[in-house]
Amino acid sequence: MCLAVPGKIIEAEERDGNRIAKVQFGGIARQAFLNFVPEAQVGDYVMVHVGFALSRVDAEEAARTYRLLEDMGLLEEELGGAAQPEPRVP
Amino acid sequence: MKYIDEYRDEHIVQSLAAQIARRATRPWSVMEICGGQTHTIMKYGLDELIPASIRLVHGPGCPVCVTPLEVVDKAIEIASRADVTFASYGDMLRVPGSHSDLFRVKAAGGDVRIVYSPMDAVKLARTLPKRQVAFFGIGFETTAPPNAMAVWEARREGLDNFSMLVSHVLVPPAIRLLLGSPHNQVQGFIAPGHVCTVMGYWQYEALCRDFHVPIVVGGFEPADLLEAVDMLVGQLEEGRAVVENQYVRSVRYEGNVAAQRIVEQVLEVCDRKWRGIGMIPQSGLRLREEFAAYDAERIFGVGEMTADEPAECISAEVLQGLKRPTDCPVFGAACTPENPMGAPMVSAEGACAAYYHYRRHSFQPSEVS
Amino acid sequence: MREEQRSIAEMVCPAPLPAGDQVLLGHGSGGKLSADLVHDVFLAAFDNPILARMDDQAIVSINGLRLAFTTDTFVVKPLFFPGGDIGSLAVHGTVNDLAMGGAQPLFLSAAFIIEEGLPMETLRRVATSLRQAASQAGVQVVTGDTKVVEKRSGDGLFINTSGIGVVADGVQLSAHRARQGDRVLLSGPIGEHGIAILAKREGIEFDCPLESDSAALHTLVAAMLAASAEIRCLRDPTRGGLSSTLNEFAAQAQVGIEIDERAIPVREEVKGACEMLGLDPLYVANEGKLVAIVAPEAADRVLAAMRRHALGAQAQIIGSVTASHPRLVTMRTTVGPTRIVDMLAGDQLPRIC
Repeated sequence: MCLAVPGKIIEAEERDGNRIAKVQFGGIARQAFLNFVPEAQVGDYVMVHVGFALSRVDAEEAARTYRLLEDMGLLEEELGGAAQPEPRVP
Repeated sequence: MKYIDEYRDEHIVQSLAAQIARRATRPWSVMEICGGQTHTIMKYGLDELIPASIRLVHGPGCPVCVTPLEVVDKAIEIASRADVTFASYGDMLRVPGSHSDLFRVKAAGGDVRIVYSPMDAVKLARTLPKRQVAFFGIGFETTAPPNAMAVWEARREGLDNFSMLVSHVLVPPAIRLLLGSPHNQVQGFIAPGHVCTVMGYWQYEALCRDFHVPIVVGGFEPADLLEAVDMLVGQLEEGRAVVENQYVRSVRYEGNVAAQRIVEQVLEVCDRKWRGIGMIPQSGLRLREEFAAYDAERIFGVGEMTADEPAECISAEVLQGLKRPTDCPVFGAACTPENPMGAPMVSAEGACAAYYHYRRHSFQPSEVS
Repeated sequence: MREEQRSIAEMVCPAPLPAGDQVLLGHGSGGKLSADLVHDVFLAAFDNPILARMDDQAIVSINGLRLAFTTDTFVVKPLFFPGGDIGSLAVHGTVNDLAMGGAQPLFLSAAFIIEEGLPMETLRRVATSLRQAASQAGVQVVTGDTKVVEKRSGDGLFINTSGIGVVADGVQLSAHRARQGDRVLLSGPIGEHGIAILAKREGIEFDCPLESDSAALHTLVAAMLAASAEIRCLRDPTRGGLSSTLNEFAAQAQVGIEIDERAIPVREEVKGACEMLGLDPLYVANEGKLVAIVAPEAADRVLAAMRRHALGAQAQIIGSVTASHPRLVTMRTTVGPTRIVDMLAGDQLPRIC
């Protein structure tokens, strides 16, 4: 369920009592409502579901956890699969 | 596309699979709750990447599949009326009702429109003042805030021709039912990442505690799902049973409070029947009394409609993860995406449809456990 | 294990099948339902050896001259969309069907079914567009027909175009020629037309409207044929998308086809739109692309010829023909495992789940 797609806010404005953004997904941009993410600003990424932003992507957390994935990938290469699994860093 | 492509990186995906293989010393059975997660697993063949000892069971997280038969019949009844413009998400168009489906209503001349957003349905009501615009408000907790917002907005604008046919379901009660069943073999869960984006994951702590099962909130890309499986296997191997969050880029512990607030203002918890499963208490949402003027069931007088499920479809057991689609005697034969007998064959992310489209040539009968 | 698999597939279910007594919109979507309709109703009624080949055009021989003959009806809604309209589409679609048979397109007929009440201005715009597209493609509309129907039965306007072209000696293009080892070539990025139409029709507004790729492909085909005589067959992946075309090839030639997801070009705009709507580009219509099955030794040469042409600049080799899994199309996914690329049952619909 729940197809939500990450997009970048490139414009935001108040219109008829709602806060509306122009959000860019890959090569296209579309309108989304920001009612649920009042803290989101232009330049932020948001997860959009049926035309509403449901969360602001936490860029720092995403970068941090992705680095862990990349490191794990490098380790795999070096060790060729013979090592013990990495302990989970919460 | 940022926050998508990097989670489809082949190297990372393969490394995660290798890590799972090293971590798992015994067979484990884990369930991904969300149909969108099932879709990703089947589309990318992720279950082929993880060791065969880890069994991925497909859960009931497909709001299309679990929409009760009588609700589909109600939708068809409303959509068939000459003065009604019936707006629905695309997912519901082909779901079979007792005798028909929304697509056939459209073929017969009904004004059935696909909308991408519930606000588009409100826009229809605004621009077609002489039509009764009825919107099919289905979904899990993810879609509840947008659907609630549509009703809120309709009231704010003073529209008198907009209504919603509500059929919302909640995830935690379904998981509780599953865990409480004597047939349950699932030992860990991947919780639905977008439901949790809205609701947070504090609700799942009670499930961990009461049933001693680990739960990991997972995203929807291949790397997300494999990482979630890795985290689950890690807990299972160590005998731990807590809630962990893999989908940190979108999910916070408390969820989205603003979204929860609009849901509380417009909708309330109620008992709800799940197609193929039955009544689960306090597992649904309905419109609050003060929004009765926007309740399509009342406006169109379809509140009392009932329906009986056909016997052959084993959707129930598929939805509960007790059987695989390929265990069904009608799978691929009498029941295909063109002639679906049950919703899991029609819904884009129903388990049966996923199996049929992606894996028809390689399915194996399920192991006897 | 094998026995169990077979028996599950062959089991006859005592439950009644849902009645197939009505033609549905899905029957026109270019996928499995369409194929079934053609097979069960039309082939059964009109069966002859030329029709039975089920190519996009019929190649007939008259006094030693080989002619390609084809027909197509255009029911697109909305009538006007970014990148084209029903008029230009009506030319490109039929010119392309002729071109896929290796023919040089020459003459078209154009028959109009017009709904009462259609603004005259709309009709003039369409006619102008059709004329311009025909002129650019080097074909003439030499005959036609007009009918007007009652309001609310015609979606505004339907156009049928039929076309004839000449096939040069030695050119033999047919899906039945495909064999193991052949390469599968795609002329450019997929999904543009279908997304452009869907967006316009369903009112899904994108900030920069996606344009249809509608175009006449016969000069691209000519360049490819000039490069090599080893092209087995051509087809343009219109309704039902790349998936339908590959599945049709596989079924007609009784071969398997394997493609690599990493090789398939998709523009960022189409990708973004598909992600947002929950659609798979493999199933989205194209109106200015072609798929070619080429002998392995000629593949690079044909690819180079395509890339020198404006309409093939982003051509890629996306896979090959195999003897394993006949009639099935499989795809190596971007993360490693292989999955089936199935024919669509009906239309692909935007989803929220």
